[in-house]
Amino acid sequence: MPISKLSEVMKEMGMLKYESQALLTIAYRDWVKLVRDRTRIIATFVFPFMFIAILGKSFDANLSDTIGYNYLTFVFIGVLGQTLFQSTASGIISLIEDRETDFSQEIFVTPVSRYTIILGKIVGETCVSLTQIIGIIGLGFLIGVRLNISEIIVMAPAMLLISLLGGAFGVFVMSYLNTQRLANQVFPFLLFPQFFLAGVFNPIKGNPFAYQVMTHLAPMTYAVDLLRSIFYHNRPEGALTILHSTLINTTAVIGLILIFFILGTKRFVSRERNR
Amino acid sequence: MLNSYSMPDLAVEVTDLVKTYDKATFNAVDGISFSIESGKFVAFLGPNGAGKTTTISILTTTLAKSSGKVTVAGFNIDSQPAKVRQHIGIIFQKASLDRNLTAEENIRFHAILYGMYSFRPTFKMMPPAYQKRVTDLAGILGIEDVLFNPIKTYSGGMQRKLELVRSLMHEPTILFLDEPTAGLDPLSRRALWDYIKSINKEKGTTVFLTTHYLDEADGADRIIVINKGKIVSEGTTTQIKKNLINQYLLLDSEPRHVLMKELADKGIKYLVTDNGLQVDLDEYEPQELITKIKTKLTILQTHTPSLEDAYLEIIRSNEGNGNA
Repeated sequence: MPISKLSEVMKEMGMLKYESQALLTIAYRDWVKLVRDRTRIIATFVFPFMFIAILGKSFDANLSDTIGYNYLTFVFIGVLGQTLFQSTASGIISLIEDRETDFSQEIFVTPVSRYTIILGKIVGETCVSLTQIIGIIGLGFLIGVRLNISEIIVMAPAMLLISLLGGAFGVFVMSYLNTQRLANQVFPFLLFPQFFLAGVFNPIKGNPFAYQVMTHLAPMTYAVDLLRSIFYHNRPEGALTILHSTLINTTAVIGLILIFFILGTKRFVSRERNR
Repeated sequence: MLNSYSMPDLAVEVTDLVKTYDKATFNAVDGISFSIESGKFVAFLGPNGAGKTTTISILTTTLAKSSGKVTVAGFNIDSQPAKVRQHIGIIFQKASLDRNLTAEENIRFHAILYGMYSFRPTFKMMPPAYQKRVTDLAGILGIEDVLFNPIKTYSGGMQRKLELVRSLMHEPTILFLDEPTAGLDPLSRRALWDYIKSINKEKGTTVFLTTHYLDEADGADRIIVINKGKIVSEGTTTQIKKNLINQYLLLDSEPRHVLMKELADKGIKYLVTDNGLQVDLDEYEPQELITKIKTKLTILQTHTPSLEDAYLEIIRSNEGNGNA
């Protein structure tokens, strides 16, 4: 009679190491998929290019003198935050794609913790969005928004948090959706209003009270404001562009990651099993 | 203790299992109970919609049950699902491969997710033991030449073979096969079955199979027939055939009425059919019956039902009884 060697292997390896290896594998799979998908790679640069090079440049030429800070830089930092958030959130749609192609069965029948599986997807999509960001920073360099290495290093942990927030938000939304088609229809409705509420392209400080309330209900607000609060820290433009301190934004982002991740994973896994 | 684990006598134990899908008006699985001894090869037969895939999904922890008790490999599927998953392998009814990856990547990721090896981004960086096992298994099923090709280039049959290679990587103690040979050519079916039977016999892997191919089920140690969510027959192939369809002798003579008179005189009941006189073997042994008959016979045939005859009879009688 065979005795499964697996339990012994896992015990030897240690559960934490086992789960982290599984997480790495799930994340790596998503990154490999990006690298092999040329259309997606090209598409990831089209939107940021439109927002920064076309929209940003145009507004910069007309507004920068009147609003008191460099509009192109303002939009660039906003688009960085928005791209990280949106790319990771949208990438989580692949969870539904996996379900539709029956690949999710293969993952869910493994001994890996369900939280590790979902976190692996988020980390994978985070790697994807961070890869995209390298291209966008390069694009900024070409159009005159030149971040130096120290600025990038200082913002890097925030970029990671923003990606994780986008991923957790994606899981939460996805836990309510059944099909990829529905996800593709619903996601733009949930993301586009946040562009404006979070002030990716538009200054929002000093908006009317009702607008401010809606702004603070949009998770993307804390993502964009976190990045700006770091970039504009100790700069005079900060008074005109930042809503909250880095500490408040970081706390909000981490809190939202935990809420979305825990609730989203619980619901997603429950829906997978309870049909 | 994980490291002192040994397979219990019963690999699978199911008691009063019920599954009702959301918004459904009937039970997909309706109070079934059965057990499977470790190391046995059990076939789960039933028509489309009988509840086979639902049952296998519950046993493999991918679907929640509505009620009942299930243990797999000695672990409760509700309270110890991760333990259950450590001991099982499964080939799903529909291919569950990642089409964006190569065949080897699908296998490698599976092996890592089962904790067999640490993560490595390429095949060449994986330990020699992994490389050997993958090539050996691929060789058995004849896919070694295309192991590094994307799944997109694989035919349906090749994908099935790959799924089998993948499911056997972690040497499961219980292997669930949900119609594994659907879409395979006869040669591939044979190769796959030879291999499955060899791991069942040599390694003692418990095999739980659902299939539409009755010849595949014929080789099982035990057969469970399910229809409309209920178990309608259970036993060895021989028992199932014997219980449901009588064996009979088909006899005839020229002229026929001579034989009819002799049978009537000797109190042997018969049924007149187009092909001859049918005498059920319920009360007689064939040898005993033949020696009693003195009329010169023009036809003497024994009829032994196939598993397919038995299966169809079971399903028909179940439909006739109006069981839902």
